[in-house]
Amino acid sequence: MNPALVRWLQAPSIVLLLIWMIVPLSMTIYFSTIRYNLLYPERKGFIGLSNYEFFYTDPSFFPALINTLVLVGSVLVITVVLGLAVSLLIDRPFWGRGVARVMLISPFFIMPTVSALVWKNMLMDPNNGLFAALANALGMTPIEWLQDLPLASIIIMVSWQWTPFAILIFMTSLQSQDQEQKEAATLDGAGFWSQFFHLTLPHLARPISIVILIQMIFHLAIFAEIFVTTSGGPGVQSTNLTYLIYIQSQQAFDVGVASAGGVFAIILANIVAIFLIRAIGKTLTV
Amino acid sequence: MKSLMNTALGLSLVVAGATAASAGELTIATVNNGHMIEMQKLTPKFEEANPGITVNWVTLDEGTLRSRVTTDITTKGGQFDIMTIGMYEAPIWGSRGWLEPLDFGADYDVDDILPAMRGGLSHEGNLYAAPFYGESSMIMYRKDLMDAAGMEMPDNPSWGHVADAAAAMTDKDAGQYGICLRGKPGWGDNMAFLTTMANSFGAQWFNEDWTPALDSPAWNHAVNFYVDLLNNYGPPGSSANSFNEILALMNEGKCGMWIDATIAASFLTNENMAYAQAPQAVTTRGANWLWAWSLAVPSGTKQKEDAMKFMEWATSKDYIELVAETNGWGAVPTGTRQSTYDNPNFQAAAAFADAELKAILSAQPENSTQNPSPYVGVQFAAIPEFQAIGTAVGQQMTAALAGDISVEEALANAQEAADREMKKAGYY
Amino acid sequence: MTDKQRDIWKNRIAVFFAWVAALLFFFPIFWMVLTGFKTENQAIAIPPLLFFEPTLENFTEINERTNYSKFALNSIITSFGGTLLALLIAIPSAYAMAFNPGRWTKDILMWMLSTKMLPAVGVLMPIYFLAQNSGLYDTKAVLVIIYAMINLPIVMLILFNYFREIPKEILEASRMDGTSTFNEIRQVVMPLAWGGIASTALLSIILCWNEAFWSIVLTTTDASTLTAFVASFQAPEGLFWAKVSAVSTLACAPIVVFGWLAQKQLVQGMTFGAVK
Repeated sequence: MNPALVRWLQAPSIVLLLIWMIVPLSMTIYFSTIRYNLLYPERKGFIGLSNYEFFYTDPSFFPALINTLVLVGSVLVITVVLGLAVSLLIDRPFWGRGVARVMLISPFFIMPTVSALVWKNMLMDPNNGLFAALANALGMTPIEWLQDLPLASIIIMVSWQWTPFAILIFMTSLQSQDQEQKEAATLDGAGFWSQFFHLTLPHLARPISIVILIQMIFHLAIFAEIFVTTSGGPGVQSTNLTYLIYIQSQQAFDVGVASAGGVFAIILANIVAIFLIRAIGKTLTV
Repeated sequence: MKSLMNTALGLSLVVAGATAASAGELTIATVNNGHMIEMQKLTPKFEEANPGITVNWVTLDEGTLRSRVTTDITTKGGQFDIMTIGMYEAPIWGSRGWLEPLDFGADYDVDDILPAMRGGLSHEGNLYAAPFYGESSMIMYRKDLMDAAGMEMPDNPSWGHVADAAAAMTDKDAGQYGICLRGKPGWGDNMAFLTTMANSFGAQWFNEDWTPALDSPAWNHAVNFYVDLLNNYGPPGSSANSFNEILALMNEGKCGMWIDATIAASFLTNENMAYAQAPQAVTTRGANWLWAWSLAVPSGTKQKEDAMKFMEWATSKDYIELVAETNGWGAVPTGTRQSTYDNPNFQAAAAFADAELKAILSAQPENSTQNPSPYVGVQFAAIPEFQAIGTAVGQQMTAALAGDISVEEALANAQEAADREMKKAGYY
Repeated sequence: MTDKQRDIWKNRIAVFFAWVAALLFFFPIFWMVLTGFKTENQAIAIPPLLFFEPTLENFTEINERTNYSKFALNSIITSFGGTLLALLIAIPSAYAMAFNPGRWTKDILMWMLSTKMLPAVGVLMPIYFLAQNSGLYDTKAVLVIIYAMINLPIVMLILFNYFREIPKEILEASRMDGTSTFNEIRQVVMPLAWGGIASTALLSIILCWNEAFWSIVLTTTDASTLTAFVASFQAPEGLFWAKVSAVSTLACAPIVVFGWLAQKQLVQGMTFGAVK
């Protein structure tokens, strides 16, 4: 293909995303430097970095930062490992594979708010939830999920919803694996693990890094699950950065501070992304 | 498949040209509470009586509704002709000139609206929102369990007595808990309840100079009492419970007592329910909250006349009678008008009527704390900063309830969070 | 046991675990659907009810009170429209990047992804003002545009991945035959990458379908999607779990059916081993 054509084919997506990025971003940066509370329309003016200072000096800021990272990290590990295991299990044909496949992908079809409601009220509730009923039936004390393990509960909910995403990507990628190569390896006496590490995992390197990168973006901004179940509590145990921004944006209606929080979130996301790219990004262009 | 996609895109572009509501079309934002559902069902009657007006409903969950209408009204978005708002927003928005002041005809009998409700929805003597249904808080308890525990519940109990009764009614092995209270963080969730409790212990949100007063001994006393009470006699997982979760527990017979919105009485299915006023510690002032789900018209709406017509209809005596005719007097929206409580049919149909009226009449939003305070509101302070403060403080209270930190630490953190917001807003 | 028998057993164990995983993942949804057929009081029963007399009252009430088909149609139009727009922009770009990767390809992809890093709640006001001032507020067009833009980086990245999996030898063979670039995409790449495109489209449609922030913030009545439909059944004062379960069942039914139809497409095409 000639280089000019390559540029022309790439241009629309790059230009559109550039506009999509610059307009809201520059407005956000502008808002973050002015006094701007929806409920006080008369208060205006440039205030420098005060909004940033307010957001940064919040005692909840560092716990929220840690929670955000723990949340993203745990969900990434769980979904990639589970996703790999499950997509390998369903790689070979078996009776009812189509049905099993749809069942496995289906959690992804549920809206986050609804999934949070189902988990909170119907599964994890220590009084009338299903887990409590199971624990009681087995003679154990039901776990008070949202009180004692708030962040873990949210990690479970999000992992349940996003493992199907990993399955979907891995499942499709496995289809393109060279079957002859695998058969040859089997004939040479290579066991399952040896095949997995020498053939399958290298083949899936790019899809894995893509799953990690995309999920990272979504999980840095988890909101509905927290909002519906714990409201960030107890204390700030399940508060993440997005939730802090939400409080400023939708409860204090302080657009200035919320925008400053948004800028912090972008910086954090970029730091995480740089680390991830160092670790896995080179597989992208392989 | 492809052609379907093409059609879809084409359709969306065609529709893009269409603009917002045409004349005679009212867009009303509301929540999904039972009385609002009934209002939607009865709206065709209004439309019949007022040809040319059609009504579109936008129903949202409470948090989303609050963000949507606040964003809309502050940016003059003009998406809604009538908004469902609470007692928190009405005075703030009214003072900013964002709401149309209400002035209804003599038929409407505005003096029939309970004075506490009128006061809470007004700013400087102007009524800015019409109450659709109102509520206070009270004790709802199982008479049978109370009797079985050998206890009695006076009409105006003290917190000490409530704790004794809760102790007597608790049988954890049988899954029976003496008392259920809100624990989920949020200014409208656990803090609505905890504020009334703290009020009765002589606490308040802000001192006269607007500095937060969460570090006071009264708050400490109240929150310690709350945490001990729920940990000893409450159900597991209280820190995630709010109105609906506890309603479920009550209807499953798990709780002996519940202190919450009076509207809950109409949802409780057990036939042994009895009612008493919210408990007091050192004062009854501010011990029970006051709230009204109300309708308001944003100023500058193009459909002011039609909107007013609808509001007048939906909050009138005639509307209450219409609901009574359709569904019986037990199902009418309560807490707004004296005439409802005077109606013998209503008294006969609603066992909770007396307790509810007494609670509402005793609530005074302008005078809700033992010591003088600068703010209006019983279970909240009607200032724009309160939502964010209430939520941050609520999170700390939940942490104390869950036993993660001590009550003292929780209150110190809460004080700091409130102080930060108040400083940012320039109160001092 | 012979090797063959051992393989058969291994296979059976794998199938067993596959089904266990499928059932576990599906269970919460099964429970939600089941709850939709309970009354509100049955939904809160302790212990939870597995057997009960199913009722249709939730569905009847939903049908009486709201216009499900309007919300569903809006959801279909906006999520398919947004996805189609994103695919139209992304396929040529991803194709060019995958088959002619340059020095900056990886960085461009990373930059694209970084445009998604601003949390929605942080850019609420800018987008809200833009929508208001452009007169696109409460239109399906605004959702189509926003969905296309927020999903474009993801669509790009996933498509890039699938295109990269196509062996270059195949393309080189077709180039020797003198095929034009357009025909190359249409006749060679598309059929080979069909499974990948289908799975990308499915993902994007699901993401749009469940997008609950912009669809609620930027619509009032005309363009509200099923996420608003679900939100409208949550009550601050009153039990709603059975009704929300029923509503959610209705809200995800179309996309589950679509997923079922699509899953057959997902596995077609991407079998290059045989081609090589």
